[in-house]
Amino acid sequence: MAIVAQSTRRGRISRATFAWIVGLLFFFPIFWMVLTSFKTDADAVKPEHLFFFTPTLENYLNMTENYDYWRFAQNSIITAVFATIFALAVGIPCAYAMAFNPARGTKDILMWMLSTKMLPAAAVLYPMTFLTKSLGLFDTKFLIIVVLMLINLPIVIWMLFTYFKEIPKEIIEAGQMDGVNTWGEVREILIPLAWGGIVSTALLCFIFCWNEAYWTVRLTTTDAATLSKLIEGNRAPEGLFFGRLSAVSTAAVGPIVVLGWFCQKQLVQGLTFGAVK
Amino acid sequence: MGSIVLEQVTKSFGETQVIPPLDLTIEDGEFAVFVGPSGCGKSTLLRLIAGLEDTTSGRVLIDGADMTEVSPSKRGLSMVFQTYALYPHMTVRKNIAFPMRMAGMSEAEQEKRIMAAAESLNLTDYLDRKPGQLSGGQRQRVAIGRAIVRDPSAFLFDEPLSNLDAALRVGMRIEITEMHARMKTTMIYVTHDQVEAMTMADKIVVLQAGVIEQVGSPLDLYHTPRNLFVAGFIGSPKMNFIEGPEADQRGATTVGIRPEHIDVVEGPGEGIWSGTVGVAEHLGSDTFFHIHETGLAETMTVRAVGNVALRHGDAIHLRPREAEMHRFDAEGLRMS
Ligand SMILES: Nc1ncnc2c1ncn2[C@@H]1O[C@H](COP(=O)(O)OP(=O)(O)O)[C@@H](O)[C@H]1O
Ligand SMILES: [Mg+2]
Repeated sequence: MAIVAQSTRRGRISRATFAWIVGLLFFFPIFWMVLTSFKTDADAVKPEHLFFFTPTLENYLNMTENYDYWRFAQNSIITAVFATIFALAVGIPCAYAMAFNPARGTKDILMWMLSTKMLPAAAVLYPMTFLTKSLGLFDTKFLIIVVLMLINLPIVIWMLFTYFKEIPKEIIEAGQMDGVNTWGEVREILIPLAWGGIVSTALLCFIFCWNEAYWTVRLTTTDAATLSKLIEGNRAPEGLFFGRLSAVSTAAVGPIVVLGWFCQKQLVQGLTFGAVK
Repeated sequence: MGSIVLEQVTKSFGETQVIPPLDLTIEDGEFAVFVGPSGCGKSTLLRLIAGLEDTTSGRVLIDGADMTEVSPSKRGLSMVFQTYALYPHMTVRKNIAFPMRMAGMSEAEQEKRIMAAAESLNLTDYLDRKPGQLSGGQRQRVAIGRAIVRDPSAFLFDEPLSNLDAALRVGMRIEITEMHARMKTTMIYVTHDQVEAMTMADKIVVLQAGVIEQVGSPLDLYHTPRNLFVAGFIGSPKMNFIEGPEADQRGATTVGIRPEHIDVVEGPGEGIWSGTVGVAEHLGSDTFFHIHETGLAETMTVRAVGNVALRHGDAIHLRPREAEMHRFDAEGLRMS
């Protein structure tokens, strides 16, 4: 007995150590970025100033004065919020139909949707740029909303489908027997019962939209430019201004990290597809 | 009002035909029970009537109107599920009110009916609880409450009592039967338990592999089972089947006799069967014997009234009542 207890305790300690190492490994770049954002551009590249330097707010003040951080942030919020709303508006009915009225091809459709995520985005870069420019949609928020919604739709539908699957079919059928129409079923039964799952899905979708950089950088110039674009813009044209770049990056990921911190529980549930109860 | 007619209804899941062409009429106000072994298609048949499954072919008529293509929400039927299927996010009150709210009934009328239903189902003290805070029996009552409040043209029950313990089951069985006697609304009740079927039904529909083996009143089925399957399925303990010389002698391939139609007698003699007691179950009111070595069948079951003081290993002598003997031909069909 004692040996068993000891070995499980040792197992627990080694697991905890491992988790800490992985955690620190992931956290270090972020820590470094935040640290660098308080250094002058000169200090930022000197190894002897890695931990010891005179902190400055210069980078942050510069950013709000010269780059109009708030406009980029506003675009990020608008595009991520609307893309998430539309993804749910399409995803909920879609996942509902597939979960409760599966047809012969339902499984294949789900796989096919996921497979679109395997297409390299670069493969459609030229057609997308050409098409959006000729349609006059280039650098519009509308375009970014549609693109963000479309690239996240497969994962949104998959997640919702998994949550809806957990609702016993009889409850939906009881609703039908009780005289509710399809819209009522969704509003009165499905959404309240899957609320936790829907919130997790929405959060994750929002975060993915916020962090998206490939299309938001390439399909915008100014009007629809998001925080990803701001980071990108600070990297390329002006050389190695690491201090400033770090400040911009910190300001870009800041809001989402705070959001993630407050919604940890929902997010873990979302990422594990409800497997952790 | 709620007569239900199935005309040449079939149902296939993919390639497998679960219900071959089937005709059935259930009269308005009748208590019909679908009974049969597990997997024989009882639930499927009920769900076809409810509209929760589409028919593969054939027609479903409710009150004379063709409802084959009508959605379940518009058929005017109520259903009670085996798993209760209550809305877990709503209180008992809201659960019961739900179908009325969907029908757009006035708040005052809803409240009146909720109170009446709660009263008759002993739920008055639980109206503000969620289903998760109720016992199995209470949940089942809520499910019934939700079904009765909107005056459906018929009630459909799918094994509503099979998740309850034995004592509660008997109580609820009586409550549902009384409810039917009071409301006189058509009810279709699915069960695999022949005792429930016998005690509750006006009309029993015996199913096997999607085929109706017999339709009739409980006593019809008891006295004149149409074939070996019905004979063996209805009645408890099960009917004894005997093949060989005893059957030949009576001009049949198989003869059947119920345990309660065999008398225990003193000694051997002409037309008396003899064997050894395997198990004797003394209930006081009755004694059940499981008898071996009769040379007639593996085990014979006999029910004797009162206490008969025979035990394991004792010799026993039996006289079957000739008039109660059922005769079946080579196809297993009843011979008149
Ligand atoms: N949705 C379905 N898909 C495929 N087969 C089904 C489905 N529902 C029922 N079945 C099959 O139909 C037969 C009858 O099932 P069911 O009506 O549930 O039986 P019962 O209620 O009498 O136990 C079973 O063999 C079952 O496997
Ligand atoms: Mg069943």
